[in-house]
Amino acid sequence: MQAKGTVFRYGDNVDTDVIIPARYLNTSNHKELASHCMEDIDQDFIKQVKQGDIIVADKNFGCGSSREHAPIAIKESGISCVIARTFARIFYRNAINIGLPILECPEACDGIKAGDVVSVDFTTGTITNETSGKVFQSEPFPPFMQDLIASGGLAGYIAKGGGKA
Amino acid sequence: MGMTMTQKILAHHAKLESVRAGQLIMADLDMVLGNDITAPVAINEFGKFGKETVFNKDKVALVPDHFSPNKDIKAAEQCKALRCFARDHEITNYFDVGQMGIEHALLPEKGLVGAGDLIIGADSHTCTYGALGAFSTGVGSTDMACGMATGQAWFKVPTAIKFNLTGSFAPHVSGKDLILHIIGMIGVDGALYQSMEFSGEGVKNLTIDDRFTIANMAIEAGAKNGIFPVDEVTLEYLKEHCPKDPVLYEADSDAEYEQVINIDLSAVKSTVSFPHLPSNTRTIDEVGEVRIDQVVIGSCTNGHISDLRQAAAILKGKKIAKHVRTLIFPATQEIWKQAMHEGLFDIFIDSGCAVSTPTCGPCLGGHMGILAEGERAVSTTNRNFVGRMGHVKSEVYLASPAVAAASAIAGYIADPAKVMEE
Repeated sequence: MQAKGTVFRYGDNVDTDVIIPARYLNTSNHKELASHCMEDIDQDFIKQVKQGDIIVADKNFGCGSSREHAPIAIKESGISCVIARTFARIFYRNAINIGLPILECPEACDGIKAGDVVSVDFTTGTITNETSGKVFQSEPFPPFMQDLIASGGLAGYIAKGGGKA
Repeated sequence: MGMTMTQKILAHHAKLESVRAGQLIMADLDMVLGNDITAPVAINEFGKFGKETVFNKDKVALVPDHFSPNKDIKAAEQCKALRCFARDHEITNYFDVGQMGIEHALLPEKGLVGAGDLIIGADSHTCTYGALGAFSTGVGSTDMACGMATGQAWFKVPTAIKFNLTGSFAPHVSGKDLILHIIGMIGVDGALYQSMEFSGEGVKNLTIDDRFTIANMAIEAGAKNGIFPVDEVTLEYLKEHCPKDPVLYEADSDAEYEQVINIDLSAVKSTVSFPHLPSNTRTIDEVGEVRIDQVVIGSCTNGHISDLRQAAAILKGKKIAKHVRTLIFPATQEIWKQAMHEGLFDIFIDSGCAVSTPTCGPCLGGHMGILAEGERAVSTTNRNFVGRMGHVKSEVYLASPAVAAASAIAGYIADPAKVMEE
């Protein structure tokens, strides 16, 4: 499992209210949610994001509300992976549960800037900044987590008979 | 090695003798909660599992409180999705408008959560029930769906920070000031993935409503849960509301804490969180002159009867500033009725406030009090992120009901002690 794309770079405490403002939560339609993704922090995001692109942020990404609409909007926008120093705990669970790969890697956050092209190998946990040539190592996903993400999230994974260890 | 109070509740619900921090466990759930924003997504996921119905129709609670009473057609469709699911699956604890209250005030009031319980809710402020000596935590919609289907959820056993409280509050200072003070001290990720365990002889001086407010905002420090020991105050509340026998857990004397923080309650001052993070706190003597346009008193954080009484004590016989709109949201129908019978509504209305039916509306910028560009609100709610209550260039200042009421009168952020002197 791999991802490769151009980086959108954000700072500390990107909260779920700016990822998807509550005024748009009167729907759970994925495409509609994605069309407003990040708009209160970065109006250009949705105009510029391409399939496969990557978000890199600093501490406590996804803090605040438990809305699963936040990782859903990010995933639906085309983002293939979020890398941060740390994630807020509910966002962390939600992202995995809907099949959005996320990685904690402070070193990568130090060595990646906006516009860099980055590739990620989820099997090995290797993050490569193709622009600078620097390579970073994060904790790889265990096989069940790779299966879960490949199944599109926890519901798909359970429906396929996963999780019956 | 001993266990924290949280670890003991988790161990019991996982049918294990003991657990240690970092351990992954599968635990039985006593209650699974969702609202009109999160449950529609969960209901959709639930449909993918191929399960006929929920694990226990008495252990699921559905509360359409966020965009309800329905704010627009789309919100009405979401509430309808809850209503239909509740009907089709004969969900006992479905509360539509008329019975509906803000979920985290409603569940304790209805006795649906009690001491020693393990609760998950698809709402980040589910951590509120820690006030009653329960383990409760916010999750997303998929976890809610799995919880409804199986009656179980997996958890990573958390480490803990212990807050050792002594003394009692000065006049006009309450639980909100304490939790804002703590978040200001440790930051919005200061308790990330951890439990916040409150203890010490000062706990007995906190009302149950103070404890609800404090546990409610544990998530604003990034915590998994906040929890209080069960004492006379808790038992008295549970006796009145909860038919279940309380199950008591106490932290072991050799339980391990990552950090112990001592707080003298008498030294806590009225505290305000400036935009745009709950950790951006200033004490009331440091706020300067901040002119405001709106005051919101209510929410799952501060819509309890004692919150309304504190606001009324400040507002009694006074008029709010002409340029300020003041909105009051009792958190449940019972609180609404009680406030009405106590004459609090006379005080609010005579001073120029509007009183609403229960709803989360303005707290998350949904409806019933949205801010325009450049407007500022003092609010007893729990978050002040960019755009939280409306326009991306509006501002929310988090405060206690006493500070909010004093600010409504002054027209700028004000110290309740000073407003009472005038």
